Amino acid sequence: MKVGLFIPCYIDQFYPQVAIASLELLEKLGCQVAYPFRQTCCGQPMANTGCEQDAVATYHHFVELFHAFDYIVAPSGSCVYHVRKHYDIIEQTEAVKRVRENTLDLSEFLLDVLKVESLDSSFPYKVGLHQSCHGLRGLRLGTGSERVLEKDSKLQALLRLVKGIELVELSRADECCGFGGTFAINEPAISVKMGKDRIADHESKGVEVLTAGDMSCLMHLESIIRRQQKNIKVKHIAEILNGVQP
Amino acid sequence: MSKSKIIAAIQKNKPAEVLLPSIPSFETGNAKPFDAFVATAEAGGSQVFRISDSPGLNTVINTLFPEAVNIASPLPTVRSTIDLEKIQSTTDLESVDVAVIKGQLGVAENGAVWVTEADCGQRVLPFITQHLIILLDPADIVHNMQEAYQRIPVDATGFGLFIAGPSKTADIEQSLVIGAQGARSLTIFLEASQ
Amino acid sequence: MNQHAQKAAEFIRNESRTDWHDEALWFIRSKRDKAAHGIPEWEELRELASQVKSHVLSKLDQYLEQFEARAIQNGVQVHWAADAEEHNRIVHSILKRHQVQHLVKSKSMLTEECHLNDYLIERGIEVVDTDLGERIIQLKGEPPSHIVMPAIHLKKEEVGELFHEKLHTEKGATDPKYLTEAARQHLRQKFLTAQAAITGVNFAIAETGGVVVCTNEGNADMGVHLAPVQIHCMGIEKIIPKAEHLGIFTRLLARSATGQPITIYTSHYHRPKTGGAMHVVIVDNGRTAQLGREDFRNSLKCIRCGACMNTCPIYRRSGGHSYGYTVPGPIGSILTPGLDLKKYSGLPFASTLCGSCSDVCPVKINIHEQLYRWRQVIAEQGHLPAAKRQSMKWAGRVLSRPGWYNFFGKIGRWAIRRLPRPFLYNRFNEWGKDRELPEPPRQSFKEWYRENKRL
Repeated sequence: MKVGLFIPCYIDQFYPQVAIASLELLEKLGCQVAYPFRQTCCGQPMANTGCEQDAVATYHHFVELFHAFDYIVAPSGSCVYHVRKHYDIIEQTEAVKRVRENTLDLSEFLLDVLKVESLDSSFPYKVGLHQSCHGLRGLRLGTGSERVLEKDSKLQALLRLVKGIELVELSRADECCGFGGTFAINEPAISVKMGKDRIADHESKGVEVLTAGDMSCLMHLESIIRRQQKNIKVKHIAEILNGVQP
Repeated sequence: MSKSKIIAAIQKNKPAEVLLPSIPSFETGNAKPFDAFVATAEAGGSQVFRISDSPGLNTVINTLFPEAVNIASPLPTVRSTIDLEKIQSTTDLESVDVAVIKGQLGVAENGAVWVTEADCGQRVLPFITQHLIILLDPADIVHNMQEAYQRIPVDATGFGLFIAGPSKTADIEQSLVIGAQGARSLTIFLEASQ
Repeated sequence: MNQHAQKAAEFIRNESRTDWHDEALWFIRSKRDKAAHGIPEWEELRELASQVKSHVLSKLDQYLEQFEARAIQNGVQVHWAADAEEHNRIVHSILKRHQVQHLVKSKSMLTEECHLNDYLIERGIEVVDTDLGERIIQLKGEPPSHIVMPAIHLKKEEVGELFHEKLHTEKGATDPKYLTEAARQHLRQKFLTAQAAITGVNFAIAETGGVVVCTNEGNADMGVHLAPVQIHCMGIEKIIPKAEHLGIFTRLLARSATGQPITIYTSHYHRPKTGGAMHVVIVDNGRTAQLGREDFRNSLKCIRCGACMNTCPIYRRSGGHSYGYTVPGPIGSILTPGLDLKKYSGLPFASTLCGSCSDVCPVKINIHEQLYRWRQVIAEQGHLPAAKRQSMKWAGRVLSRPGWYNFFGKIGRWAIRRLPRPFLYNRFNEWGKDRELPEPPRQSFKEWYRENKRL
């Protein structure tokens, strides 16, 4: 099984520890992981701004680098969603189809492909899970609170494998954090307000560490936490699963 | 003619035909929707009474609404003070305190009762009255709206409706207030017809 | 900054009021959840509703003609209006023919969309909105901020003050019960003297030629049954094939809208009252054009429940007026660009694309996907701000070239690390106004990988 690790641009630049944790975790679980060195981005920033034509070159670049892998794994539901959902505007060659089908969020790969049932790590903290929207409602990594279906969450299932962890229940289980890519800059007032409200929910439940499957949500939330000097730590789920302590 | 323009635009722009799905009945398996009806009707703000062993309809009305001066009903068994067939104008009904009408069908999932204009004497009666009483045969309660629409011919009369409680609003700060523009209360008498 | 962003920023300036607004709407969303979860077949109902609507859109011409034929048989007069102007003209001519001076209206988003009230008032007709929320905003001279709860943005103190001024309630009285009673008495007089009543239409049944109107207050019926003339105004998309389909839609509508199992009154009008007249006005006003837009035609499935507004984290924190259109929130943001792409080009960007709207929608409109698609159309047609358009072109170039990407990434990290704070946090940095920039690491992952994996 050939696994290609896709590290989204902003994780590469700002959060290498998340990429390292993802890589280590996959290797610990016995995967042979390759990291195509010329990778950049999935193209979402342009496309979500309405300029998907400007993203086409990036799409082709991505496909060229990753099409030979059995699985393409990324610690970001949002970027995975973008590849799977929005690479529909380029010619659907075998390579493109393969890439779209086989690009998985880390949690999907761990549970659906590797069928992970136990983990070695421990994380004795009160943890609040932020259900990132593109993972939750785009990739259906769990049941959104809107839907009348059996409750399910891949991220929660994985976190429950970690020893000592205490997962809190939030008063709004899956409200958006307000990041939304360029939305954060186009509508800064609402974006920040949404972030503040999410943080307040976690804070009121005594959360020590806030986690998510998407670092972009956490980047936004952490930026507010730091500005407001709140006493909450932020960790990507890959770090917690890999046993990185705060 | 705007009609031909609109129809032509639709014909030009509509998608290829999509088939109409068939609608299942969603039967609940619950043989007795009666209890569910009472519960949902009460939750919606209606009062429900079973009057099989009551001292008679008129006595109950007088007990429930002792202040009522004007009572209107197309039902011969109700002691009306207003003759619905003889009123000059529907606006005369403004003074009605209590109206009593027959309901045709109750729906367990939402506590609604189907009523037609034939049951009302005057179409406006169930709205303009201060208080509304509906008589319903418990045998006429169905589980859900699918079943209800299978049973009622909606165009049998010129006007028919489901009533699911007293008139209400929450338009001021989401505070629920009973008695907006229609009847201030809904009382349902469940009585098996003889 | 686009208009929605500006208005949203103004709205948010009063943070406690924003919280109040957010909570009020979240409360309704929670009630909706509870109601929906009480119906095990909920998701199946949504799917069926969506399919029925797809079917209707594919045969809309036939169903409209069937509806008209049956309605005429029923003694109803049917009119067709291509746009808002014609709609208003038709309504006015009906009123003129019947010499109507006093008119009562129940809630109709269509007549709001057509600005009927102003049109009639200018022509000397008294128009009284009778839904309490609508009456409040009419007295206040404001447009609705929500399609189901038009006055959700107002506090009871404001309503109290307004009623004191207009309806002479006691000064300082704010009890919703007292205020509602005052409105009841005031509106009863209007109902008793009205010569015509106008309602919107929730559903029009092709097979029987009848229209269905749902209210909680009973105001539509008070108006329709007391006034000699009744007029029902409907968009062409309100058609359903048969009465049996009401079983699906009535189960979904109120639960999605307010969390009630059904509205208090679900009225089916088929024939005029004895001695009365019944008119139905069928309106296009941009709907057939939307039908022709493959990516966006599903927006015509909307049954106007407002659930997408209640769930939208942006709507809840910016208020309905920030959208600048009769139908605000997510559904408004996919309807408006079809009406005026330039004017409403900011609205599809008033979203994080979180997708909650699509998942609460009782007819499964893919709202967030349509928002994404409208963004593409807006950029293609040149309605993005030039700076944004340019920056995306550059981003596209950089992100498709590994060398450039690595280079600019390194510079960016260096800049954030080294530049003095005023260079980073200034009026050009929208991110940094209330947020810190990320703390850039010395090494990117790529650099770490090269070092540690000996590439």
